[in-house]
Amino acid sequence: MLNYIKSYLDSTTTPGQAGNMFWASVYILLIFLGLSVAVIAMNWLERKILAHMQVRLGPMRVGPHGLLQPIADAIKLLIKEDIMPSQADGFVFWVAPIIVVITAFTVFIVVPFGPTHAVTDMNIGVLFMLGVSSLSVLGIVMAGWASNSHYPLMGALRSSAQMVSYEIAMGLAVVSAVLMTSLNQTGTGTLSMIGIVQSQQAQQVWFAFKFFPLGLIAFFVFAVAMVAETNRAPFDLPEAESELTAGFHTEYSGFRWSLFFLAEYSAMIAVSSIAVTLWLGGWLRPFPHLLSGSTWDVVFSLLPGITFLLLGLIALVGVFRMPKHPYFRVQTIGLAGFGVVLGLIGLLLFLPPVRGRIQDIFWFSAKVAFFMYLYIWYRGTFPRYRFDQLMKVGWKVLLPVGIGVLILTAVAGVLL
Amino acid sequence: MTDPTFHLELQEHEKTFLDSNELIINMGPQHPATHGVLRVILKLDGEKVLGTECVIGYLHRGVEKIAEHRTYTMFNPYVDRMDYVAAVSNGLGYCESVEKLLNVEAPPRAKYIRVILAELNRLASHMLWLGTHALDIGAITPLFYTFRDREEILKIFEKYCGARLTTHAFRIGGCLYETYEGFEREVKKFLEFVTPKIGEYEELLTTNRIWVERTKGVGTISAKDCIALGVTGPVLRASGVKWDIRKAQPYAAYADFDFEVPIGQSGDTYDRYIVRMEEMRQSLRIIAQAIDRIPEGPIMARVPKVIKPPVGEIYHSIEAPKGELGYFIVSDGSTQPYRVRVRPPSFVNLQALDLMVRDQLVADVIAVIGTLDIVLGEVDR
Repeated sequence: MLNYIKSYLDSTTTPGQAGNMFWASVYILLIFLGLSVAVIAMNWLERKILAHMQVRLGPMRVGPHGLLQPIADAIKLLIKEDIMPSQADGFVFWVAPIIVVITAFTVFIVVPFGPTHAVTDMNIGVLFMLGVSSLSVLGIVMAGWASNSHYPLMGALRSSAQMVSYEIAMGLAVVSAVLMTSLNQTGTGTLSMIGIVQSQQAQQVWFAFKFFPLGLIAFFVFAVAMVAETNRAPFDLPEAESELTAGFHTEYSGFRWSLFFLAEYSAMIAVSSIAVTLWLGGWLRPFPHLLSGSTWDVVFSLLPGITFLLLGLIALVGVFRMPKHPYFRVQTIGLAGFGVVLGLIGLLLFLPPVRGRIQDIFWFSAKVAFFMYLYIWYRGTFPRYRFDQLMKVGWKVLLPVGIGVLILTAVAGVLL
Repeated sequence: MTDPTFHLELQEHEKTFLDSNELIINMGPQHPATHGVLRVILKLDGEKVLGTECVIGYLHRGVEKIAEHRTYTMFNPYVDRMDYVAAVSNGLGYCESVEKLLNVEAPPRAKYIRVILAELNRLASHMLWLGTHALDIGAITPLFYTFRDREEILKIFEKYCGARLTTHAFRIGGCLYETYEGFEREVKKFLEFVTPKIGEYEELLTTNRIWVERTKGVGTISAKDCIALGVTGPVLRASGVKWDIRKAQPYAAYADFDFEVPIGQSGDTYDRYIVRMEEMRQSLRIIAQAIDRIPEGPIMARVPKVIKPPVGEIYHSIEAPKGELGYFIVSDGSTQPYRVRVRPPSFVNLQALDLMVRDQLVADVIAVIGTLDIVLGEVDR
């Protein structure tokens, strides 16, 4: 058994490519679990970070510092009455959230957490991701239509127009990154997610800094388009709270609503993964060439453990800052336990066999987490665009810039 | 009853070759952005607004009718419930109207206290406006900043008269309460605290590209239309009319103070935003002057225990945070007013909504409702 696991861990290819159905299934389960945990954590983090930006505390009651709040929310949503409007188209109403959730989770099949840490590696990986994630607009339109109500309909129309227009700019930015992968001896590029990261490794530069500033501009176009693509502030018109109450999911409640919520957050993680893979070197650690050598390798390999130890330390500082009243005893113990668990994970990450293997996943997740933080930051800072302005930004700014960058990248690739 | 949407029929030139139907959307009375229980029926062509119709009365409490069954003193707390975010201004207007009817005048110290509290209330009202207006346009953070700072004003009110929102701070003939120990110091401390904060709000919005795009040229109204519709307050001033009752017909102690009346030019949402921000600064100036010069002396004029104004009628108006707040009181010589008619700024300003949002987009309706700064308690009374 152990040998079997070890043989897998030492393999040099993804389970999907190796045709190993068992490990592929394990991977799918792991990703599903990890994604659910990430969405829960994201829920808590968003509320907390946003709260602190807005001079308030955020959830504080359920668990220490509101740590159990997402779980309480999830339970509330599950036991809530499931309402379907009497005038709604029942089947479409039922199937819409399922489509949205399935598309949001399916894209993770090709997300490379490491050179071997992906369910599979498709030779059309990027195309697959863009294609599947844009299918979610179908679910949104269905949800808005089936609700048979004005606000959701408008939300759905806005959403479809927005997603379709921003996908073009997004695609152009992606193509310019794909072009960069072809700068090798054979002159052939790749659409495979793993291949793209490997070509960044081979060219010794993250594509965001390739052909400065061309890569950076393409990255910027993608970074703007992906916010619009996921319907987040300042492009959150389809669910503009103050205009359309909740947009396409106004009529949804309980579990169905939570599926939309789940899909929105996993879509955010998915597009961030694309951005990280295409421009920020995927699983590669920062400065692999500038700070190379075995000493730096060891230093960087210690960082995951140190990060978790720091998180644990923050939790333990929180323990001492808890009110001393006996009423808070359970919460204090809980927070201490949480800190200890984080610290233990940190210590575990220092063990050499784990340390070597966790690197890729850690750097990938850290980069994605950076994007997640940006999402929250945008939400705390920007007002919302109006619909015509949104279209203007998409068609008159991002699209020409995307085409320009694409052409210039091609020229630069030929000349340099 | 006629269908309230009857005049919202599609005009011939508005029809497209697709022959698509217009969409009639009912916004409110339960809607996050209508500031209470305003119901707006929107006729839309896609996202474009073809017409609106406001349905009001969901918060009607018959305040004016109640007045006919209460004595002058008893009615005083009711006026606080109209514009509940600027209760002090309501009370000020009512008390001054009855004083005019009685032909008495509040002592100077009472007038100064009134000015300080009314200007603090103007600040509080504008802060609430800014927070909710920005929230409507999608910026969620300013709301919390303004509420944090508004809290300090409410604390001063609470210390002065025991209530935070519906203050009932003034009485006919002056003030009931002397300022508390350390009132001047606390107000001064508040001024120091809040002056940089206004810059903080502006930092988030004034030069923010999205904010400027969302507000410039949105909900434009000309000075002529403003005057024709009777629109007053910051909305009128943003259209370029320098009309502020504090300057034009000074009441309370406003003649003693040196302050500017900020005006805008284009009368769009952005100008109204700038005008209100500047008004907050001017309010701070007035408070600073008043707190330095506050005279000693009595705070209550000699007013009979039973208020029985002579037969007659009076119209008196003040500059409330939202515009001209007027009271028309008819006295038949008894202890109860024969008729009280309130001229609420929110109600009159709301009339401009349809004019301001025609041919604009749905999102602009929200922005315009926010920029008109209406309080439904005052619209419906």
